[in-house]
Amino acid sequence: MNEIIELLSYNFFQNAMGAAILASISCGIIGTYIVARRIVFISGGITHASFGGIGMAWFLGLNPVFGAAVFGVFSALGIEWVSKKTDVRQDSVIGILWALGMALGIIFIYMTPGYAPNLMSYLFGSILTVSNLDLYLLAGLCVLTILVFALMMRPIVYVAFDEGYAQTHRAPVQFLNYLMIALVALAIVLNIRVVGIILVISFLTIPQTIANMFTQDFGKMILGAIGFGILGSLSGLFIAYKLNIPSGATIIFSFVILFILAKVVQLSLLKLKRKAA
Amino acid sequence: MTKLLEIKSVYAGYDNKIVLKDVNLVVKKNDFLGIIGPNGGGKTTLLKVILGLIKPIEGSVEFNNIDDNLIGYLPQINTIDQKFPIPVQEVVLSGLMSHKKLFGRYRAEDKDKAKVLMEQMGILHLSNKNIGELSGGQLQRVFLCRAIISDPQILILDEPDTYVDSNFEMELYGVLDKLNDHMAIIVVSHDIGTISSHVKTIACVNGSLCYHDSNVINQEQLKTYNCPIDLITHGEVPHRVLKKH
Repeated sequence: MNEIIELLSYNFFQNAMGAAILASISCGIIGTYIVARRIVFISGGITHASFGGIGMAWFLGLNPVFGAAVFGVFSALGIEWVSKKTDVRQDSVIGILWALGMALGIIFIYMTPGYAPNLMSYLFGSILTVSNLDLYLLAGLCVLTILVFALMMRPIVYVAFDEGYAQTHRAPVQFLNYLMIALVALAIVLNIRVVGIILVISFLTIPQTIANMFTQDFGKMILGAIGFGILGSLSGLFIAYKLNIPSGATIIFSFVILFILAKVVQLSLLKLKRKAA
Repeated sequence: MTKLLEIKSVYAGYDNKIVLKDVNLVVKKNDFLGIIGPNGGGKTTLLKVILGLIKPIEGSVEFNNIDDNLIGYLPQINTIDQKFPIPVQEVVLSGLMSHKKLFGRYRAEDKDKAKVLMEQMGILHLSNKNIGELSGGQLQRVFLCRAIISDPQILILDEPDTYVDSNFEMELYGVLDKLNDHMAIIVVSHDIGTISSHVKTIACVNGSLCYHDSNVINQEQLKTYNCPIDLITHGEVPHRVLKKH
């Protein structure tokens, strides 16, 4: 117990907890959209494409988050545009962008003279070293996401559910699709700092899938995903510190444990219901 | 009778493929039009033209005296993701989208209206259920509620008789008969047997459109309309009239 209190007094650990909570909020909201609309693969493509931006920013001496944001948002808008305006198959395009982003990233980083950046921290995240700037960016993302959903959750959900029908109502389908895919890209890029490129997709899908076991309502699913996100990421953080193992991977691992526990609870609830009926 | 909608020599299709050729159609108040035709003949394309989802390559679609937002639409059910996390009540409320614009709030009276409709359709007890838990017939009822909650003047249904049993089919056409008192109805079906006893007029769509100003149609007429589909006649014992082979 004393150990935990001592841990909480460290600045780096406070930052890490702040990052975990902010990541859970933004990923909880955006991830629910991703899971509901079945665009997990698109999100994976955006994630890996943004690595090209990280490499380019290193090469040009810019902030990597900035490079990742530019690459992420443009590849997201590109995927949306290609799949709507041309008859190229969307998943093939995603596959190409996915590989291209990773390849560009590696080439740029290799070409950067002098000190080689810590690749591992981008691939697997480094929540224990998040800066104040990272926290501000994450907080800004949370505010933006909450604002968008507070104002437009119904149109967003209705368009995601049945785009053709929304069009017959002259809903701004295109605007909402581009807005959402850009938000998805921003959420991915900013959260890469916390859990890394390889693991960010789990932050966007596992808590949502757990919440989806217990509710079918989009709004409640968001709240559930945020809750399970905070629970999983904080316990992962403590375990990682205690056992001195990589934090990003431990957070994902605790998500999966939560998922299994939730599945057991869900199945036994079902059994009870059947017995009662 | 008031014209609600007039389609004049419309050509429409996708990319370079023209599906509809020189289609003319007038929909008047209290019309109950059945659209039949073979698969790929352009039934759904015609609906999309009317709904404004596809712009015609040539020709015009004119609405008379009505806001074109006021078309109720029930899409084919297999175009819908039934695992999407959305409860029944929300689906019904989404029928008010055009009234709400982007930042519109949904008020208590909107929810009351949805409740009244769901009660009439016998699905009020399902209002908090996810759409994935419903049967085909229940799902069609939900989408019918969504289509009519905005009090449209034209109601368009795209194959409402798929995935449902004949019991529901009877109920559905009973409901449509009542709705027909205050809105024109266009229903697409490949089962001409069931629709022809309920609709007032029939249009055959197979590239071009042939309008038949009655709900009785025979195989000869279908042939001259260039509409190669099977015909089931009405009578004591329903039987299928097939071509000689």
